[in-house]
Amino acid sequence: MSAHQTLYQYIWKHSRREQLTILVIALLAQPFYFMTLSLPKMIINGPIQGKGFDEPGATQRFLQIVFDMPDWLVGKWVMFEGYALERLPYLLALSLSFLALAGFNGFLKFLVNTMKGRLGERLLRRLRFELIDRVLRFPPNHVRRVKQSEIASMVKDEVEPLGGFTGDAIVWPVFLAGQALTAMVFIVVQNFWLGFVSGSIVVVQALVIPRLRKPILKLGKLRQLQARELAGRVGEIVDGNADIRIQGTSNWERAEIVGRLARIFEIRFELYQRKYFVKSLNNFIAQLTPFIFYAAGGYFVIAGQLDVGQLVAVIIAYKDLPGPIKELIDWDLQRQDVEIKYNQVMDQFHPEGMTEPDAHVLPPEAHESLDTIDLKSVTVADDAGFLLLENIDTQIPLNQSVAAVGPSGGGKEAFGQIFTRQFPLKDGSIRAGGGEFFALHETVVGKQIAYAGAEAYFFPTGIKENILYGLRTSTQSVTSEGKTGQKRQLREMLRTGNPTFDATADWIDYQAIGAHGAKDVLDRIIDALSFVGLENDVYQFGLQSRLDAKANKQVAQRIVDARLALHEQLEHAELNTLIERFDPASFNRNASIAENILFGASSDPVFMPQNLGRLAHFQRVVAEEGLEKLLVGMGRSIAETMIELFAELPADHPFFDEYGFIPSSELPRFQQITKRAKSGNMTYDDRASLSALPLSYVDARHRLGLITPEIRERLLAARRTFAETIPPDLKSKISFYDEGTYNDSASILDNILLGRVSYGAAQAQERVNVLIREILDKLDVRDLIIEAGLNFNCGAAGKRLSTAQRQKLSLARALIKEPKLLIVNGALANLDDEQKTQIVQRVLNHRKSRATLWILTKDDLASLFDRTLLFEQGRLKSDTVRQPVRAMAV
Amino acid sequence: MSIHSEVDLLRKIPLFANIDTAKLKLLAFTSERLAFPAGAILFREGERGDSAYLILSGQVDVAVNSPNGPVSVASIKEHNIVGEMALLGDMPRTATISATEPVEALKIKKDQFFQMLRDLPQMTLEIMRELAVRLNNANKELSAAHARLRDAGLK
Repeated sequence: MSAHQTLYQYIWKHSRREQLTILVIALLAQPFYFMTLSLPKMIINGPIQGKGFDEPGATQRFLQIVFDMPDWLVGKWVMFEGYALERLPYLLALSLSFLALAGFNGFLKFLVNTMKGRLGERLLRRLRFELIDRVLRFPPNHVRRVKQSEIASMVKDEVEPLGGFTGDAIVWPVFLAGQALTAMVFIVVQNFWLGFVSGSIVVVQALVIPRLRKPILKLGKLRQLQARELAGRVGEIVDGNADIRIQGTSNWERAEIVGRLARIFEIRFELYQRKYFVKSLNNFIAQLTPFIFYAAGGYFVIAGQLDVGQLVAVIIAYKDLPGPIKELIDWDLQRQDVEIKYNQVMDQFHPEGMTEPDAHVLPPEAHESLDTIDLKSVTVADDAGFLLLENIDTQIPLNQSVAAVGPSGGGKEAFGQIFTRQFPLKDGSIRAGGGEFFALHETVVGKQIAYAGAEAYFFPTGIKENILYGLRTSTQSVTSEGKTGQKRQLREMLRTGNPTFDATADWIDYQAIGAHGAKDVLDRIIDALSFVGLENDVYQFGLQSRLDAKANKQVAQRIVDARLALHEQLEHAELNTLIERFDPASFNRNASIAENILFGASSDPVFMPQNLGRLAHFQRVVAEEGLEKLLVGMGRSIAETMIELFAELPADHPFFDEYGFIPSSELPRFQQITKRAKSGNMTYDDRASLSALPLSYVDARHRLGLITPEIRERLLAARRTFAETIPPDLKSKISFYDEGTYNDSASILDNILLGRVSYGAAQAQERVNVLIREILDKLDVRDLIIEAGLNFNCGAAGKRLSTAQRQKLSLARALIKEPKLLIVNGALANLDDEQKTQIVQRVLNHRKSRATLWILTKDDLASLFDRTLLFEQGRLKSDTVRQPVRAMAV
Repeated sequence: MSIHSEVDLLRKIPLFANIDTAKLKLLAFTSERLAFPAGAILFREGERGDSAYLILSGQVDVAVNSPNGPVSVASIKEHNIVGEMALLGDMPRTATISATEPVEALKIKKDQFFQMLRDLPQMTLEIMRELAVRLNNANKELSAAHARLRDAGLK
């Protein structure tokens, strides 16, 4: 770990000027503070007790400014004579001055606090950016060791108190010390002995309390470490969730967490005990002083050695003394606490071997071009020091396709990994573009070399963002012209040492791939997807996704066109049984009763069949249409059938999950209900339970024959009433089906169908898929669907995609950069041989005369490449260039 | 078409003749009822078999591939079961079944079929009986074919 600045060095370096400004304001406030202290005494002694107003009509001078200089200088120098005021006006003038001073002090406090808050936030912003910047510059082996949730906890939570403290780092102690000193001086001036007593007690406080607080700080440090480790463990439990459950060790994890929580509790409890002990002790010491004032001061007043006004003034001044002292002591505790936190965090962010601090500033040679990569006696070892590659000498000109083959673990994988620059060379050198390969700027390498490995990371954004991620290399900065808000933003960026980058701008480097605008890029994405065989997956995502119809009016219209075309096709005799359309005037046998009444799509769970019975509007419709008896009757038929069919099956029988309206645990309850139904004394709950059953009944699927023509008409009437009387707040959550309009709440597929695939028709789903595909291709909507599919969210670390999909996406992300050198290292490990061969062929065909280095899992594809490198036991065994004649044949 | 009518249809199938109504209802309820237009193929020879079909109405053609193309070997009428051999023997389909007229069938998935065999011993016995009958028929036909070949002097 290399050394870092201390907290005070850091604060002083980055906020000196602001600190001093605040300090000056705070110091200027002190005389006014002193005046608010002395005014009460003047008011009580003067106008109230009548001192100086002995004769009627006597006056005192208000706002007289007199400098009492030693006689040898100028003597008494009256600068301003002031206004002569009688007793009552004088009282009023003094009282008003008191009010004005209090207000002015309040204003200064407001000013100082705001400035302090801003100052703290600026420093926090600077520090947080620096920490994250450091993470981006961590040496790769350090990154492999740290836990992400611990780093997150440090950057987010542990530095937070620093923000609050920075504003107080210099100004607050000065301010408090000033206040305490002012009060102290005031007391001493009033009465030396009283001042002396309160002074000594302050000294005792200042000596004893910090000593008692040492163990508290130690505990605080321990607590910080424990909390950070807890964050790390929580991260592990989330990341390793699947494995924990597969191994059946969740109880061990619980035990581990319980142990940790117990330790944190113990630490905290001890912390509280000590903290509050110190607090009460501190309070007690502070109360000693007033005791002396009341006892001793009172004695002096009674003895006539001290006037009442003086004692009251001392007591009032003293009221302001323990405050600052106590806060000063608290501040010191906070200082030590924050210093410990700061040092703790900084230690974690200063590993050896970080990249240069200005790595995010693009060097002029960023556009320099690589032509050949030249490896000289390269030796690579893993973190444990085991040799992966030994003495590799070779050149890779960036215009040929190279296959790396050999036994697994023989060095070919390590050879591919060299180009990620994540594993430092143990020996030898690699030169590229006229310089050291490892010294090249990140952007230079990132633009010209693309790497697709087996373990690619994906961001939890859409597929499109993930594919284009590698192209976000065109640095965009905030400019000072532009909107007014931007100027302020820019000023703050500069002031807090942040780079002036603009994340709201378009960072895609279109030039690098020779694309013009978004449409062009979309074509490239679709190409890349088809090269890696991911196009169909994305198409399926697209069909399942929802479209924002308001933002994509034209797309929505074309999907409605596709629907109309599909429905037209269904008129043909051999197709009309495939799909049952959602027709406002007829009951849909392939949809549930709930769907038939709703007759619309919604993403809100209140409309799900199992919840619908509890929806107030639905209950109203049921009551209005007199459906209750009907639903209870149907529910009773269902319950009786279920009991008849399933009563004898064991409780864990798969039929319950697959076909049961009633889970096996509920069966006995429904047996009771049907018994009561027979004897005609059902309770309200019985009726509610029964009437909920038919809501998920699909006539064509369950075939219990419950829907008679009469019931059908009643349900259609309920459908109409439901839509006509729906309250506005519910209406916004549901989109009713309509042949001519796009339904926002339904998926694109459901929008094309606008109906249900029939249960009774043989192979209906397959035939419908073919039909839809034909129609979409004919209407040229396929690209639109893929575009919608590109918005599919990949999930945290791409977990919503399958391993094969992730690997294909990783290759697509590398391909779209059109790099000078593409390295594929195990990126297709999870695909079958046929797919693998096709992908290799398509990619090589696309990348003619550009360099591709493919680490092959099986050697038989090597014949497709210009050149083959054979690695065995960490050494380059052979290097064969294919005969040009055979090259012609491909 | 409700499961009540299906139960009536099932009752006509010899395989289920002795099985009580509740069990038949369960079978009807848990299986998928499918309509095949004339000419539609229920399954093809060589495919992996994942379900058996109970023909409720209509007639299907049984064809096997021969070096000279598909040869129709039998025709199966309503109230019979087809496709159970692939399930029981865990082998690919031994013939291609197509509808010669509009066919209504109950599709019984493999898991469901075995579950039923386990749950309904009577049905298992019925199927065994049916298979024994088929085997007996096949034996008779085989010996008849042998006899014809012998008569023709080919053996």
